[in-house]
Amino acid sequence: MDIFANLWLGFTVAGTFYNLFYCLVGVFLGTAIGVLPGLGPVATIAMLLPITFGLPPESALIMLAGIYYGAQYGGSTTAILVNLPGEPSSVVTALDGYQMARQGHAGRALSTAAIGSFIAGTISTIMIAVFAPALAAVALQFGPAEYFSLMVLGLIASIVMASGPLLHALGMILVGLLLGMAGTDVNSAVPRYTFGMPLLSDGLDFVVIAMGVFGLGEIIANLENEADRSVMTKRVTGLLPSKEDWKRIIAPILRGTALGSLLGILPGGGAALASFGSYSLEKKFAKHPEEFGKGAIEGVAGPESANNAGAQTSFIPMLTLGLPSNSVMALMIGAMIIQGIQPGPSVMTEQPTLFWGLIASMWIGNAMLLVLNLPLIGLWVRMIAIPYNFLFPIIIVFCAIGVFSVNNNAFDVYMMAIFGVVGYVFRKLDAEPAPMLLAFILGPMMEEFLRRTLLFSKGDPSVFVTRPVSAGLLIVAAVLLIAVLLPSVRKGREKAFQEE
Amino acid sequence: MTRIRGQKDLGIGAIYFALGLAGFIIARDYSFGTSGRMGPGYFPTIISGLLILFGLIAMLRGLLHEGQPIGSINWKGLALITLSVCAFGYLLETAGVIVALLALILISAAASERFRFELRAAIGLVAFIIVCAVIFIEGLGVPMPLLGEWFK
Repeated sequence: MDIFANLWLGFTVAGTFYNLFYCLVGVFLGTAIGVLPGLGPVATIAMLLPITFGLPPESALIMLAGIYYGAQYGGSTTAILVNLPGEPSSVVTALDGYQMARQGHAGRALSTAAIGSFIAGTISTIMIAVFAPALAAVALQFGPAEYFSLMVLGLIASIVMASGPLLHALGMILVGLLLGMAGTDVNSAVPRYTFGMPLLSDGLDFVVIAMGVFGLGEIIANLENEADRSVMTKRVTGLLPSKEDWKRIIAPILRGTALGSLLGILPGGGAALASFGSYSLEKKFAKHPEEFGKGAIEGVAGPESANNAGAQTSFIPMLTLGLPSNSVMALMIGAMIIQGIQPGPSVMTEQPTLFWGLIASMWIGNAMLLVLNLPLIGLWVRMIAIPYNFLFPIIIVFCAIGVFSVNNNAFDVYMMAIFGVVGYVFRKLDAEPAPMLLAFILGPMMEEFLRRTLLFSKGDPSVFVTRPVSAGLLIVAAVLLIAVLLPSVRKGREKAFQEE
Repeated sequence: MTRIRGQKDLGIGAIYFALGLAGFIIARDYSFGTSGRMGPGYFPTIISGLLILFGLIAMLRGLLHEGQPIGSINWKGLALITLSVCAFGYLLETAGVIVALLALILISAAASERFRFELRAAIGLVAFIIVCAVIFIEGLGVPMPLLGEWFK
């Protein structure tokens, strides 16, 4: 079987000492920073991205992926122990996980989350190995028109999960596209929006934007309400779930995995949607739905599996189509471009070691999380207890040095400061910055695909609707947009975000 | 003067409108080309045009519909965090990484309500700066001067 040969290749790449080491470093750093409240996976990856620039592409991506699911996992730990979800996907974990912790079952909640994540990670790794090649084969048939439509779909989908009014999110996409235009036009070599500054001729760096908006902007917003945190510093005991627990969690884990894997593939889906979906699903399936919100172990098992599965399968569109389905994947695309790899369906055929190595490393990373985190829980608890007023200057230091090291230029540091202000202002105005980052990365590619499409069609835009695949993608995008505008969906969406 | 009803809509609308207008005016210097042969100004002009449109709609909605107020703005945090990062950028190449980090940490930490001088925190600060300098300059090879030209 091809899959086994491919996975074997992947494990030989990911299993080298060098790559195992970077996987471990990524998972460890990701978890460590992920447990710190107020720092989600996006900020974590943006902050640690510069460290990976000097590594070979395989190791860099393996480490970044490790940081991603490490940060996811760390976020859940914080959600359970402090009731402070660091990211939208662990919001629902906090609901029942924190209640379990308050009742003295923190250990069981944590191990349930770890086991669920591991099972979900294993299944979804296999899913990636099965489905990614098929999708890549389809994507290889895509022409520029299909790619353009696909990116339109990706951008529209990104606003489905964005909080705040729809109009604001749509505007953020346009702002991102416009920011992406800055720099030298590849076709005409005309410098655009550079204001005569040679430092801008290569365009803005996405690390600068990501760290400014998601790092600094978030810190300024967090400083508005420095609430006291009550950490469950009691010794976490009873780490392993009992036999009865196993019976209760295995079905939710499998259902969560299925739902999460499915939602993760959809552009705009990813981990957050998956965990919300799984929670309401488990509530419907549960024998005692009244326990939900009061410490039901199913309410931890399902969503935690779902968000890990979703996080994993969101790599599928990124690896096969070059289409990021969320801001973390946008950062991964950016990292690939920096490594000199053009994201898209050809990655699998031209860089099989990178592709399969990354997939195999996901499973290895998940196994490491399972083995590492339960014994290290004491360390994480101590990290959570660091007060925010000591923490945030340290975060800013890492952001500042990280941004400087991208081009060894103080100019980027100033730009990051500007984008920190921008990020804070947008947050204050209920405009979520994630679609902007996505659009910023997709912008130059979209322009190029639009140019090529119109060049082939001699300026006739109707090709977008006469080519069936392109038309289909645009129809899905339109349906999605209309669906979000429908009053019933809108209410549900608003409700989901209010629970945060 | 009547109260502005949808402050957030109006605010973001104004930003979108201003950005779109600036983008549009600047893009007039780039050749637009034709649909078949897009010039460097083609895509930016379309994006800017849409941004102007969205800005107008958002502003209109802000004037006509009830919305949430913006709420209090953390001026102190905004100013101090921005200042600290800019100070770091400026001092890094003039005074070196030690002074730059000191300024960055002290100015940004002052943004917190709980900022006060403590001996333990000061010792921690010195230790942290040393660790940073060792990790980033020695370990990761970031070309930052330990002491800048001011001390030479």
